[in-house]
Amino acid sequence: MIPLQPPRRLVDVEVDGESVRVPEGSTILDACTAAGKDVPTLCYGDTLTPKNACRVCVVEVEGSRTLAPACSRKVEPGMTVGTDTERARHSRKVVLELLGSSVDLSTTPRAAEWIEEYGAEPGRFGADAATVEQPAKVDNELYVRDYAKCILCYKCVDACGDQWQNTFAIGVAGRGFDATISTEFDAPLTDSACVYCGNCVEVCPTGALSFKTEFDMRAAGTWDESRQTETTTICSYCGVGCNLTLHVQDNKIVKVTSPHDNPVTHGNLCVKGRFGFGYV
Amino acid sequence: MDLRFRDAEPTAEEREAVDALLGPPATAWEGGRRTETDLRVAARPESARDLLLPALHAVNDRVGWISEGALDYICRRLTVPPAEAYGVATFYALLSVKPRPPRVLHVCTDLACQAKGADAVRRRVEERLGPPGQSWQPSPCLGLCERAPAALALEAGSPPTADVYGPVLPEQVTDGLWTDLPATAGPSSNGAAGGSRGEDPRAGDTGEPPAEAAVPQAGQDGLVLLRRIGVADPASLDGYRADGGYAALRRAFRLGPAGVIREVLESGLVGRGGAAFPTGRKWDATARQPDHPHYLVCNADESEPGTFKDRVIMEGDPYALVEAMTIAAYATGCAKGYLYIRGEYPRAIRRLEHAIATARARGLLGTGILGHAFDFDIELRRGAGAYICGEETAIFNSIEGFRGEPRSKPPFPVEKGLFGKPTVVNNVETLVNVLPILEHGAQAYAAIGTEASTGTKLFCVSGNVARPGIYELPFGATLRDLMDLANPVGEPRAVLLGGAAGAFVTDLDIPLTFEGTRQAGATLGSGVVLVLDDSVDLKAMLLRIAEFFRDESCGQCVPCRVGTVRQEEALHRLSERVDERDLLLLREVGQTMRDASICGLGQTAWNAVESAIDRLGVYR
Repeated sequence: MIPLQPPRRLVDVEVDGESVRVPEGSTILDACTAAGKDVPTLCYGDTLTPKNACRVCVVEVEGSRTLAPACSRKVEPGMTVGTDTERARHSRKVVLELLGSSVDLSTTPRAAEWIEEYGAEPGRFGADAATVEQPAKVDNELYVRDYAKCILCYKCVDACGDQWQNTFAIGVAGRGFDATISTEFDAPLTDSACVYCGNCVEVCPTGALSFKTEFDMRAAGTWDESRQTETTTICSYCGVGCNLTLHVQDNKIVKVTSPHDNPVTHGNLCVKGRFGFGYV
Repeated sequence: MDLRFRDAEPTAEEREAVDALLGPPATAWEGGRRTETDLRVAARPESARDLLLPALHAVNDRVGWISEGALDYICRRLTVPPAEAYGVATFYALLSVKPRPPRVLHVCTDLACQAKGADAVRRRVEERLGPPGQSWQPSPCLGLCERAPAALALEAGSPPTADVYGPVLPEQVTDGLWTDLPATAGPSSNGAAGGSRGEDPRAGDTGEPPAEAAVPQAGQDGLVLLRRIGVADPASLDGYRADGGYAALRRAFRLGPAGVIREVLESGLVGRGGAAFPTGRKWDATARQPDHPHYLVCNADESEPGTFKDRVIMEGDPYALVEAMTIAAYATGCAKGYLYIRGEYPRAIRRLEHAIATARARGLLGTGILGHAFDFDIELRRGAGAYICGEETAIFNSIEGFRGEPRSKPPFPVEKGLFGKPTVVNNVETLVNVLPILEHGAQAYAAIGTEASTGTKLFCVSGNVARPGIYELPFGATLRDLMDLANPVGEPRAVLLGGAAGAFVTDLDIPLTFEGTRQAGATLGSGVVLVLDDSVDLKAMLLRIAEFFRDESCGQCVPCRVGTVRQEEALHRLSERVDERDLLLLREVGQTMRDASICGLGQTAWNAVESAIDRLGVYR
C-alpha cells in the first residue's frame, strides 16, 4: 500500500554527472538512491528525522564550503552532487577509522564491507587510543544495552522520545567523548520510565541494543543468521493488527522485528508484540 | 506528557530554591499538595521547558550540586522528562550532579593564563587541595586574560557569591584555608546572579579592579566603542544619557525600521563574533520573515580562549548594550530579546541585570518605549559552562532547555531560530557598533577602516606583553601597530590570532582586517591577539588547545567527538617523539573535522595546530 500524497514539483539535480529528477523536498540521499548510488549511512533511519550525527554519508555539493550530509540536506534545483569525490571518500574513510577505533563495530551490518571499500585502518591510532569499551548493561530479561557498540546516533533516544514512543526513558548524558545514552542518574532500566516496547532495539544500527535472546546466543556462539528464517505475520494480542517479523532459528523464535514500511506502525510495536513470544 | 519519577524527594532547601524562581506549584501535577479540585479537574500545565536551565542554576547556586530529588522536583514543575533533564544537567561544566562542597575554585589553565604561568598555580592548588573534581577544577578560559593567571571561586548559598582572583602568584596559594587565597588585587565578593536584581551593582565590588583597568587606552580621545569605559559610571542611567546615550535610539525611531536597516547595510558592518557576516543582511532577512514572533538573541557567551572584550563592554558600559539591543529589536520587529551571557562573568551579569531593571523602570524597556508604539523587553539568561553554546544555533537549544548542541543548517536562524521562529543573533561587540552608526550616520562610520572592513575593532591582547587589555583600533592598523601599543616583553616568537579556533602568525605586518588576515591564512576571529615569546612552551600550548576542543566538543557528530580525542592523543605522542605518521594522521583527521563536522567548533579545531606545524615548525 502506498500512502497518497499531494503531487510535488520535480527538481533536477546532478549526481556524479548524471541528471536525476526527484520530488521537491527530497534529500540528497533520496536523489542518490534514485541514481542508483550506494551511499553508506549509519545514523540515518527510514522512520526517523535525520540527526546527521555520524557523518558517514557526507557528499560534496558544488559551492559548499564543507561537505553536506546526504541524509538530511534537501535537494535544490540545479544542485551538483559528488558522492565519490576524493574529499568525500577521504572524510568517509576517516570517519570509519574514528568509529572503528573507538567503538566495537563487530555487529554493525556492512561496517566491515565499508571499512574495506574505503581503505580505512582503524588500527592506525595505536593500541592506546581511547575507546568507549565498557561492560554490557544486563538489567532486565528482555533486552541488553551494550554501549561499547554505541556510536551515539541518537536513534534510540528519538524513537523513545517525541518521534515515536513518547516514553522518554533515555537521553544523551554527558558531553563530548564521554557522552552516553543514559536514564536519569544512570538508573537501571527496571527503575526508569522504560515500557519495554523495544522500539529502540528496532532502530539501533550497530547491535548495541539487542534482544536478550540474541545477546545470550551470541555469547554462547550459537547465533547464526544463515540458519534463520524470517516470517511476517500479524500480532495476535489485540485488534490493531501490527505486523510482526519473526526471526526463527532451529524452530525457535529468537527475535521479533516489524516492517518499517507498514503505514500504521512504521516498525513500532508494544512490549507484547515485541517480546511476548514465549508462549509459542 | 506522561512522566515517571523515581522516589527521590527534594530537600526543603532545594524545593525553596526552585520555588523562589518559579513560584509555588499551582497544582498537584506540578509537585504541589494534592487537593480536592485536583481530583475533579484535569489541569494541563503550560510547557515551561525553557526554564530548565535557570531552574538547574537555582539549585546549583543554592546547594552547590543537583541531587536526584531536586532534579525530579524541577522536572515535575516544568513537565520535563527526568532522563532529558539529566542529559541537560550533565552537559554543563558549572553544574554538578554529584555531591561537592559549596565553594568550588575554578583555576584557569587556558592559553593566556598558561602563557603567564598557570601551570605553577595549578600545581600549587593541587598540592593544597588534592586532585581536581571536588573543591577545585581546572577551567577553560575565564575571560580574565589581562589579569592572567586567573581564578574564579563560586560559592553556593543564599545568596551565592563569586570571587575573582588575578593575577594569582603560585606562592600566594598559602598553607591556610584556600578560601583565603589572596590576590594582588584582592578578592571581590560579588552578590552573584539571581539574587541581586536591581540592587546597586557596585555593592561587593571591593577589590576587583574596575572594568577600565582592562582598557589601557581608557579616557583617550578617538575611541568609539570604548569611549565611555572608565568615563561614565556604569551604574548610572542618567550618566549614560548625559553622555549621549539613547541618542541612537531616538534617531532609529526617526528613521523607522527599514531606515535603520538601510543605515546598517550602508555602514558595511559585519559580525564581530568570528564569522564576519554582514549584519545589515541578517537584519533585513529577519525583518522580512512573515512568520511571527521574531526573536533577538544577543550572544554574550564569550568563551573563545583569550577573548574578554564583551566582558569589558558589559561591565563598563552596560546601557550601551541595552540600547543597541533595543535598536536591533526595533529594526527587525522583535518584542523579546534574550541576552545569553556566560556563567563565568558574575560582575557583567550583575551590571546588566541592574541596567535592564533600571531601563525598564524608566520606560526604556517594556511597552511604549520613549512614547513610540514599540514594545520590547530583555530576558537575561545565564550559561553554565559550555563553549559550544556560543554557536549560533546551540544557543537556541540552550535557551529552550535542551542540550546545547548545534542544529544543522539550513534552515538558518533568520528562518527558523529560537523556538522555531525567525531569529537574529548578534554578538555584543557587533550590537554596540550600531550606536555610532546611528549617531554619526553610515557614511561617517564607513569612512573609518578599509573598504571591506569598516569601523573600529576591539582586540583582546594578552600573553607576554607589558600592557595587556582591550585595544580599539580602526581596521587597517597592522599587528605591529597593535604590538607597539601593548609593548611586548621580550622578542615575540609567535602571535595567536583569533583564539583557539584561530591561527598562529609570525608576520607582524599583517593588516588587522578581515580581508588582510584571510589573505595571510589567518582569521581575526573574535579579536584575540595572544603574544608568545621564547619562554613559552609551544608544544604545551598546542596540547592545551587540543584539550580545550576535546573538552568542549558537544559530542554530537563523529568527526569532532572522536577527532578531537585523536588529535590530542597524537599531539601527546608528538610532544615526546616526532613521527611523520602522527603528523600525517593529524592532517587527515584535521581535514575531516574541517570538512565533515556539523558546526564551527569541529571545523576549526585543527586550525591552530595546523598553523603551528606549518608556520612555526613546532615538530620539526
